[in-house]
Amino acid sequence: MTEPTITQEIIAAHNLTREEYEQVVAILGREPTYTELGIFSVMWSEHCSYKSSKVHLQTLPTSGPAVLQGPGENAGVVDLGDGLAAVFKVESHNHPSFIEPYQGAATGVGGIIRDIFTMGARPIALLDSLRFGPLADARNRYLMGGVVAGISGYGNAVGVPTVGGEVCFAECYSGNPLVNVLCLGIAPVDKLFYGRAGGIGNPVFYVGAKTGRDGIHGATMASETFDEKSEERRPTVQVGDPFREKLLIEACLELMRTDALVGIQDMGAAGLTCSSCEMASRGGTGVEIDVRLVPRREEGMTPYEVMLSESQERMLLVAREGAERIVQKIFARYDLDAVVVGRVTADGLMRVRDGKRVMAEIPVKGLVADAPVYRRPAVRPAWQDEVQRLDLRQIPLPRECGEVLLRLLASPTIACKATVWERYDHMLFLNTVVGPGADAVVLRLKGTERGIALAMDGNGRYVFLDPCVGGMIAVAEAARNVVTSGAEPVAITNCLNFGDPTRPEIMWQFAEAVRGMAEACRALQTPVTGGNVSFYNETMGQAIFPTPIVGMLGILAHIDHATTPGWKGAGDVVVLLGQTREELGGSEYLKVYHGLIQGRPPTIDLDLERRVQQCCLEAIRAGLVRSAHDCSDGGLAVALAESCISEPERHIGVEVNLSETGRPDALLFGEGQSRILFSLREADLGRLEAIALRHAVPITILGRTGGSRFLCTGRTFTMDLPVAALDQAWRGSLPTLLRQG
Amino acid sequence: MRFGIIVFPGSNCELDCQWVVERVLGQQADLIWHKEKELKDYDCLILPGGFAHGDYLRTGAIARFSPVMKAVERHAEDGGLILGICNGFQVLCEAGLLPGALLRNTSLAFICRHVHVRVENTATPFTTACRPGQVLRVPINHNEGRYYVDPATLRQLNEKGQVILRYATTGGEITDGANPNGSLDNIAGVCNEGRNVLGLMPHPERAAETLLGSTSGLLLFESIVRSGRAASPMSR
Repeated sequence: MTEPTITQEIIAAHNLTREEYEQVVAILGREPTYTELGIFSVMWSEHCSYKSSKVHLQTLPTSGPAVLQGPGENAGVVDLGDGLAAVFKVESHNHPSFIEPYQGAATGVGGIIRDIFTMGARPIALLDSLRFGPLADARNRYLMGGVVAGISGYGNAVGVPTVGGEVCFAECYSGNPLVNVLCLGIAPVDKLFYGRAGGIGNPVFYVGAKTGRDGIHGATMASETFDEKSEERRPTVQVGDPFREKLLIEACLELMRTDALVGIQDMGAAGLTCSSCEMASRGGTGVEIDVRLVPRREEGMTPYEVMLSESQERMLLVAREGAERIVQKIFARYDLDAVVVGRVTADGLMRVRDGKRVMAEIPVKGLVADAPVYRRPAVRPAWQDEVQRLDLRQIPLPRECGEVLLRLLASPTIACKATVWERYDHMLFLNTVVGPGADAVVLRLKGTERGIALAMDGNGRYVFLDPCVGGMIAVAEAARNVVTSGAEPVAITNCLNFGDPTRPEIMWQFAEAVRGMAEACRALQTPVTGGNVSFYNETMGQAIFPTPIVGMLGILAHIDHATTPGWKGAGDVVVLLGQTREELGGSEYLKVYHGLIQGRPPTIDLDLERRVQQCCLEAIRAGLVRSAHDCSDGGLAVALAESCISEPERHIGVEVNLSETGRPDALLFGEGQSRILFSLREADLGRLEAIALRHAVPITILGRTGGSRFLCTGRTFTMDLPVAALDQAWRGSLPTLLRQG
Repeated sequence: MRFGIIVFPGSNCELDCQWVVERVLGQQADLIWHKEKELKDYDCLILPGGFAHGDYLRTGAIARFSPVMKAVERHAEDGGLILGICNGFQVLCEAGLLPGALLRNTSLAFICRHVHVRVENTATPFTTACRPGQVLRVPINHNEGRYYVDPATLRQLNEKGQVILRYATTGGEITDGANPNGSLDNIAGVCNEGRNVLGLMPHPERAAETLLGSTSGLLLFESIVRSGRAASPMSR
């Protein structure tokens, strides 16, 4: 079979610029073959090479006392003590999910799970951060339905519980939904595995499902914006088989308990190409693969297609020479293919053969380490000042604050998401102490008295209005959510969803957001252990809100510290930690009630934030806190309301008085940062005040829990609503919106 | 007491069942791969939840042909105890060890949440630790949990006390509102005529520790252990 001759058209179709192509020729010292061009094309795609983001990502703090593995491996690793490690990472599957929501989301789940067990960890939890356009649009309902069904269908069947996450809505996600999936695994610290090809002459194994033509150029597709022809890209979306993946998890974990394994990596984006050359790159070796030996499920596949296929549920592993039988025996038990397709070599080359014929011979260093890196122009957009302008005097006060509260509770971003997470098995493995719906998920860590908390956060509207401040808040809020659950924040993984990086204003948003996140990560001592960048989230030239999603991992010193937002009984005192300022910029209230996406996001003082979090944690550890809830979307009023209704079988009212002066809407619905709502027994109030004083954190006594009404009064307003009405608005909203049409 | 937990490819609740049997109850539980053809002398076999063989084709339809199932059937014939949870219940129905079938939920969606079930018969090895009519709070986690059986068999199930659990309100009332999946007569669990094989859709192993929000599922496991103690060691 002869390969096509390389023409200008073919180069352009591979998304390589002229300069990049010239670099390819320089690396090879000759013109590339067609297979080589395909390999360069996917490895140098934005998705695989991080060529536009690298210079900025390098500014993020990545080390800390608990970090065992930072960015650069398949996932980050954090020390949990007692010889255990948390392996975690978040990844996006936005582009495939827009084209084919069920399979796009399903394979997103499958892909991130493989990143975790490839390190030797048993995957024990998934969380998703999802963004959709408004549900009034039938296409958005279709996308959300498909994505949720895909996560449910794959995650449940593969046997990894989906324990939490978040779902938010905004117009900008209509043409470009976001599907970010985080996976957490637990591994013994001394049995971690890495994606490294070592030991010259060692066999390279292909294990798992067979290779088909699905997903060819998926990584390239994820590196382009969308237009009206995007539907035609459906064949680049892969199809998932959770059953196969479940077998793959068990087989790989079993193999890892032997001494046969040297290195292992999943075949994700760019399939066999990426896994083989990255493993060789990390190992400082070469690798040789014969595509003729690769198990296939379609006939007539070319070497090019085999190398670029993104068929799911496949892994590449390097075994110890002489241990071939061990590998084959274990995979046979699970009825999975395990075939030696090549060898680790000493020559530093990635050599692809088709039988005797050499189809590609590329220096690994040139392909991976010497991949292009761009410092793309970044320019603050002219419209930034305009969107930040907000004159509160021009914003009319609401006539009836109670009505505003009900509308906010019913706003899909704030409303109860039970209808979504009840579709997910969130209890498997018997670890879920606090499940979906709270500020963070709390899992027990079996074999210890400790626990793990996980939260995902990222308010795209804040980042749109001020990327740097928005980036800081994403980190701070994720940390706060972990703290209100009783855990100390330890490290983050992040997924940075942005538009087209070749546009200077997008690059500015990116650089600024990373700058803000870096600053917050340093202030809160939560280094970045890895993650993923998703650019080109644009359709027809319309970019999404810049949306960095932070996945925060925290550790509970004792599982009994686990704390939830709901009131625990009548007669408890309700207290606010932190300070309320007269801020409304970027709030859900401005958007829902006034139709405005305007102003500056709430100010954030990272020093105060840290003190509030330390105060909260100390109070929880002292056993003073009956309930804790972060004040975020919808402000103090929504936080109070949610505390009344968050536990379906225990509704408890509240009576509070807010004595501050100023606009009632800002007081009630402003989204000022660094605020946490507590309830506690009156007898413990003195001890809390002492702790707060020590941390120089202002606290305000707001009122008392009890009864069946939500009564909130201030100088110029009264809200008096039955708790049942709050519950109806909050719990009833999403099912109704999803049923329409 | 010795428990054996059957592991099909795609099962996923086997470790949870093992955890509860060993860590919470202090009994022994072995994992048994589905390709085994002979079983040791187990007092109780558990067919755990999950997606045996991917649940492709139809839930439990392929699993019933797994090599281990012949030995499971012999265990049932010999009067040994078998507990089928969720997917395990589906497998037992497909294998003909229990009457009826589990159809797709009326909502056409997977449901994972706590429900309440009422204990209908305490005179079985699985329910002796329960009070008659006791309401248990246990989670369900399934897409195909709508119990169905033909009218004649249903009559027989009721007459012979083979309906063990029904979905109920917290107060123990059997209502449509308390029925999460459209099961016939709110049936959540049934046993065979010999009362040594129980299948149920809720997951009792997920309601066996205070830390996880409910301990009422533990009553089923405790009943099994109690029945094992009641039987004289010589009889086995």
